[in-house]
Amino acid sequence: MVNITTTSNGATAIQPTGMVGGRHYTIPQLEAMARELRRDILQSIHSAGSGHPGGSFSELEILMSLYFRFLRHNPAQPQWAERDRFILSKGHASSGLYAVLAKAGYFPREELATFRKLNSRIQGHAHPMTPGVEMNSGSLGMGLSFALGCALAAQVDHKEHLVYALLGDGECEEGEVWEAAMAASHHKATNLIAFVDRNRIQNDRFTDQVMTLEPLAQKWRAFGWRVMETDGHDFHRLLPAIQRARENRIRPTVIIAHTVKGKGVSFMQNNPAFHGRALNAQELETAMQELA
Amino acid sequence: MVTKRANASTRETYGRTLLEIAQEFPDIVVLGGDLNVSTFTHLWRDQHPDRFYDFGPAEQNLIAVGAGMAASGKIPFVSTFSVFGVGRPFDQLRVLVSQSRLNLKLVCTHAGILTGEDGMSAHGIEDLSLACALPSFTVVSPSDSVETAQVIRTVAATNGPFYVRLSRAATPVIHDASYRFKLGVAERVKDGNDVTIIATGVMVSVSLDAAELLAGQGINARVLNVHTLKPVDQQAIIAAARDTGAIVTAEEHYIHGGLGSIVAQVIGQHCPAPLEMVALQGYAESAPAGELMVKYGLTPQRVAEAAQRAVKRKDNT
Repeated sequence: MVNITTTSNGATAIQPTGMVGGRHYTIPQLEAMARELRRDILQSIHSAGSGHPGGSFSELEILMSLYFRFLRHNPAQPQWAERDRFILSKGHASSGLYAVLAKAGYFPREELATFRKLNSRIQGHAHPMTPGVEMNSGSLGMGLSFALGCALAAQVDHKEHLVYALLGDGECEEGEVWEAAMAASHHKATNLIAFVDRNRIQNDRFTDQVMTLEPLAQKWRAFGWRVMETDGHDFHRLLPAIQRARENRIRPTVIIAHTVKGKGVSFMQNNPAFHGRALNAQELETAMQELA
Repeated sequence: MVTKRANASTRETYGRTLLEIAQEFPDIVVLGGDLNVSTFTHLWRDQHPDRFYDFGPAEQNLIAVGAGMAASGKIPFVSTFSVFGVGRPFDQLRVLVSQSRLNLKLVCTHAGILTGEDGMSAHGIEDLSLACALPSFTVVSPSDSVETAQVIRTVAATNGPFYVRLSRAATPVIHDASYRFKLGVAERVKDGNDVTIIATGVMVSVSLDAAELLAGQGINARVLNVHTLKPVDQQAIIAAARDTGAIVTAEEHYIHGGLGSIVAQVIGQHCPAPLEMVALQGYAESAPAGELMVKYGLTPQRVAEAAQRAVKRKDNT
């Protein structure tokens, strides 16, 4: 299932299985799946009457790349101790994660319709009561620290698994992100790979209007991280970037993924209005046609 | 006069107990925030550097890293001062630890005005209130060094989030080696039937002294050590209200949200009785701990006066 090799500089690299349920997805298949999962996301949020579609769309290809190409995981055994961890820090964008987890087989796709409803295990913000979710969320800034804890625990237990975390760009305004960034390089968390979903929009407005984040890559570099930048939607760029991040790990790595909020639907793209609201019936119909 | 007792440091006992249980609990990791000499976790740092992590004074990250370790099967003991460990990262304790019931052990020293000279910002007088407001947490406030050693062992062996409150100052030892701590079961330190003094932490010792003063005035006071504030031993409190008909609470903590509030909640619902509260009414100031205890009313005399008032109210009803 998993090939563990030692690279020329002595760092351990775990080769991707490229398989989920025994199936290898090609890039065209992943692209088709992305449209399918975007439809699932919109349907689920529409059914709930609220949710966060914009960020669920901007993060989607990152999550798909992990769950369908790189993560060492077993949907039938979510608590498998040797699994790679994925920590969704921007937990409001839970719908993107739920769509991916359902597709991967963690729970039935039909449960997406129970999102935000009474007696459901599909919570408004991601919570571990959902099979496959590692961390409770909804208060920004905590996920990188939590992921660091998972990474250091793996090291002290001499385990080889990797820990991935996904942060929002607006989330990087939280001070705790930089506490964690400083600590991760100090404690040599080389088994930690973070993503910043750089969609340039946060809750109220564009990030530039709320708080200047740039030069973001320099900030991470100054905190002792290896920094990579990539397009966050094009699998032809994203998959090789993640593969490179998994190799030659002598420092914690952050991938700044340049993304588009609301990616894939014309009227949602780059529109702050769709950070945190459901589509109405007419918008949904238009969006579903565009995503067909 | 009241009994003289030897003093011992609960925080030093904490650090030494961790070392004693290191082999028995190989999953323990210790996390600190640049105060490890003060919390006595430097003993662990020097003995088990591979299972020790310092995160500097960055307490949000400190708690959240501990949560990630707990979610990975480790038993993180996280230690700093009570003001920094509970107040600063309250949101991380709430969202990550409490809402997922993670097995994180928050053991804080320098609680209350016993912290002394560092002044009001360093006096954790709200920590019990904050910790008890977190639904998944078990909250323990040991009364002395002997109890602290057993509390730490119990905390390591019991799954779930804990807050343990320790002091900077060495405090009187009221237990001998035969004592057996039982989580969630209040200890009846002294029998009595006229009034019950319900105390926690250092105030158990103060209340025993108060009981001696009261005995000289013909009042036979029961003294309960409520070391576990949450879940609290409701039966012991109800029995005290029923048997003695008058209650005094004594805590080195703000009057809102601590032991007094918890006891009022229990007896108000189950067995109403006259209740007097000895607690801090607000912030204190910089001074030696002993002088603060006198100025802010946490003395045997003041507890005894409260007991007299409670007894009088009982007689008037």
